Amino acid sequence: MTSSTGTTPARTGDRQVERLDRVIIRFAGDSGDGMQLTGDRFTQETASFGNDLSTLPNFPAEIRAPQGTIPGVSSFQVHFANYDILTPGDRPDVLVAMNPAALKANITDMRAGSTIIADSHDFTSRNLSKAGYSDNPLEDGSLDDFNLHALDLTGMTVEAVKEFGLSRKDAARAKNMFALGLLSWMYGRPTQGTIDFIEARFAKKPAIRDANLTAFKTGWNFGETTEAFAIRYEVKPARMPEGTYRNITGNVALSYGIVAAGQLSGLDVLLGAYPITPASDILHELSKHKNFGVTTFQAEDEIAAIGAAIGASFGGSLGVTTTSGPGIALKSETIGLAVMLELPLLVVDVQRGGPSTGLPTKTEQADLLQAMFGRNGEAPIPIVAPQSPADCFDAAVEAARIAVTYRTPVMLLSDGMLANSSEPWRIPDVSELPTIDPAFATSPNHVADDGTETFHPYKRDPDTLARPWAPPGIPGLEHRIGGIEKKDGTGEISYDPANHDLMVRTRQAKVDGVARSIPDLEVDDPCGRARVLALGWGSTYGPIGAGVRRVRKAGYDIAQVHLRHLNPFPSNLGDILRSYDQVIVPEMNLGQLSMLLRAKYLVDVQSYTSVRGVPFGAEELCSVFMDIVKNLSAPDAANHS
Amino acid sequence: MHNLTELPFPGLRGVPVAEFPGNRKEYTSDQEVRWCPGCGDYAVLSAVQGFLPQLGLKRENIVFVSGIGCSSRFPYYLNTYGMHSIHGRAPAIATGLVTSRADLSVWVVTGDGDALSIGGNHLIHALRRNVNLKILLFNNRIYGLTKGQYSPTSEPGKVTKSTPMGSLDNPFNPVSLALGAEATFVARTIDSDRKHLTEVLTAAAQHRGTALVEIYQNCPIFNDGAFDAIKSNDTKADAIIPLVHGEPIRFGAPGEDGLGSKGIVLDPATGGVRVVRVADVDAADVLVHDARAEDPTTAFALSRLTDASNLDQAPIGIFRSVDRPTYDDLARDQIRTATAGQDRFQALAGLLAGGDTWTVE
Repeated sequence: MTSSTGTTPARTGDRQVERLDRVIIRFAGDSGDGMQLTGDRFTQETASFGNDLSTLPNFPAEIRAPQGTIPGVSSFQVHFANYDILTPGDRPDVLVAMNPAALKANITDMRAGSTIIADSHDFTSRNLSKAGYSDNPLEDGSLDDFNLHALDLTGMTVEAVKEFGLSRKDAARAKNMFALGLLSWMYGRPTQGTIDFIEARFAKKPAIRDANLTAFKTGWNFGETTEAFAIRYEVKPARMPEGTYRNITGNVALSYGIVAAGQLSGLDVLLGAYPITPASDILHELSKHKNFGVTTFQAEDEIAAIGAAIGASFGGSLGVTTTSGPGIALKSETIGLAVMLELPLLVVDVQRGGPSTGLPTKTEQADLLQAMFGRNGEAPIPIVAPQSPADCFDAAVEAARIAVTYRTPVMLLSDGMLANSSEPWRIPDVSELPTIDPAFATSPNHVADDGTETFHPYKRDPDTLARPWAPPGIPGLEHRIGGIEKKDGTGEISYDPANHDLMVRTRQAKVDGVARSIPDLEVDDPCGRARVLALGWGSTYGPIGAGVRRVRKAGYDIAQVHLRHLNPFPSNLGDILRSYDQVIVPEMNLGQLSMLLRAKYLVDVQSYTSVRGVPFGAEELCSVFMDIVKNLSAPDAANHS
Repeated sequence: MHNLTELPFPGLRGVPVAEFPGNRKEYTSDQEVRWCPGCGDYAVLSAVQGFLPQLGLKRENIVFVSGIGCSSRFPYYLNTYGMHSIHGRAPAIATGLVTSRADLSVWVVTGDGDALSIGGNHLIHALRRNVNLKILLFNNRIYGLTKGQYSPTSEPGKVTKSTPMGSLDNPFNPVSLALGAEATFVARTIDSDRKHLTEVLTAAAQHRGTALVEIYQNCPIFNDGAFDAIKSNDTKADAIIPLVHGEPIRFGAPGEDGLGSKGIVLDPATGGVRVVRVADVDAADVLVHDARAEDPTTAFALSRLTDASNLDQAPIGIFRSVDRPTYDDLARDQIRTATAGQDRFQALAGLLAGGDTWTVE
């Protein structure tokens, strides 16, 4: 992947400025080196500058893995551009490596000719051997293909901050700010936001604050004065739709979606959660928003977390539980209970690599079939999946709408990539968000043979098949619900064969009927002639879209459609699938959506899968799509360029 | 929304009061009761149907939540709101309900398998949090609904379908367990003693916080006679150690002073308590029961007097009843503080537009 397209050299002062359309930078260091913070600050500067951007944090599961080792490397990649981009990018243009392990772990992703900035201070023989280098790569010529800058970032930082009287260790810790200052200079990023940030963060520790500020400014000035960097780069702001924007991660957007769903429905929210990577940040975020009537309950385990949520839903709140795949496994029985009780419940699964503990901090999409079928009996639930970090907001509101309207648990399938990555979000106008009507039962709904009015908790709305939601407190609506099969209408215990058959089919029909409330899919096929359709779900939207763009740029036709609703599928999906000669479905699992599509529509979709814990690359998918498109068009040699 | 009248009992503060007194019939649902003939659950149900109306609450503000097991069918037979949930999870579900609704009186009905085996974790955490809910633990020392396997309260060596050579597990003493979890209200009563059962349940209802009431309950099918020692007129005077707040703990055949000839004294040798013949000690040394003691040590020591095997000896009554802030009150306080004087809709716009923003025109 070549990212330095459209170079237009210009000169300002004595420094050459090169204009770029887009740049990918990866900050990499030890997990204690502050790389996530550095990347986050660079991202905020870039967002406020007005570039479109996409980020990809990547860190180990261990809090402090052995220092200097490859498993301990933490990195943060940011892709920014003067146009709308879809992914954090495949291959960095710049790698900042704070130690040998960071270099070794990331060098295979670098193209020849790209830039490497390494902290030479940390390339000691001890650190080199920890990373598995026998010779120092900064000196042995092995990096000759790269534009290498071996700089003593630590030494320069320590020297710059010595006046503040910090220990050598504390002084050296500011090296990430030096690196940030240097990169901010190289790419002409605004600095005030970072200065304000440092001042606020270390307000109570003046020496640390001043050291970080000084390191940041010294890094900037180093770029300005040294001869080592002959070129500065410029990436103009992107042309984006009108509106006010902020940069947001998927977990924060999802949390805001839950807060908004509470406001839009007028319901208090109770989140039951047990800490688990990569979902914990949703618990952290929501616990800050009690002022919206959001109660967060950190439960003793995953089962208690969903139990408390369903208890709150019974009481008339919006019950929410957030977890990752292992937590869903534990919650399965309670989700089944919610299916029987027919109460609103939002279940968020931020998927990570599995099975079992798997890859806690890496991304995967392998919980789709667990979401679909991971319960005893016929226990259908609607499934919604966001497609990008910012989209987590809308997806959460949509999942809550379905849960409340249809009195059902709904699974919201995010993933580790969406959770921690960020992108600009056009902040919605609150008054334009959809309202959600809880439509509580307020009076009896049935007249008995003797004329008395009674309440039938399983008497359904004829359109939605939803049952009445009657929280305690209304006289005359006292009723008992439970996990045992219920008699249609009355909700009494019933073991009658015909009744069970009816209830199983009715619960299925209710979930199937959600399709009537979701819009038809719109295929992206600009020329209208494509014979190949790329179809995905969840966080693969970005890489699939980027791959599709490249195919089109190369003069070939390909259509794209992306699923937000995984259960039920949108009503027109079958027609769409059947109208293409070939459907390719990339997934970060072993073909779970493909299996569902084949089973339901008898369409021979082609599956392309990868489970490496990292998102697809645009280059990778482009090549997959090209093979199919070319293969299909080969006999008549037709390509619509 | 609700007519919130202060009741004399802190445990029921916030729960609206009925305009007219209720009666047993109103609290009885139209469902046919399906327990085995002679089951101790009938007696408990009857006691609850009789005592609930006396609380003077609006019936629609009472909720019974249960797990799985024979006793967990309880909610179906009461004409209140109710949920028959899944095995062991009732305390967790009730915790969410209580935390979200200050205006409900919430009761959990559970059994020894439900509460102490599959749901043990939820039980101890509800107790430590002190959520304002009342847990009725029906202890029949056997698995009834699954037809007769030993339970976590069965006596060691019990021969059942799953333990033909005798069970190997050391049983839980539910009262000791609850006290270990620092429960604020812990009591034990007996299904067949309607008066004592009603007194204890009333005290539980009045307590603000988690109340755990262990109810010895006979299963006539799979564990008949498990409580004979404390129920038989021949043996109960020696088996039951009655705990009454403020009174010396005396039991056994009456002595010269008309009180039990046996008593409980502190045992400096072990730090616990032991049974003595009152005639052998100074009567003033007999322990006076203090259910309000902050320190649960003595209550725990008393709980250890329970004979784990045949129940030839078992303290009955309220072991502990102390005040501690409840989880749900504190959680609601935080929400109240955070929401005070805020226009939520306006605040939502502020939240979404928080942080660093930029505008494209």
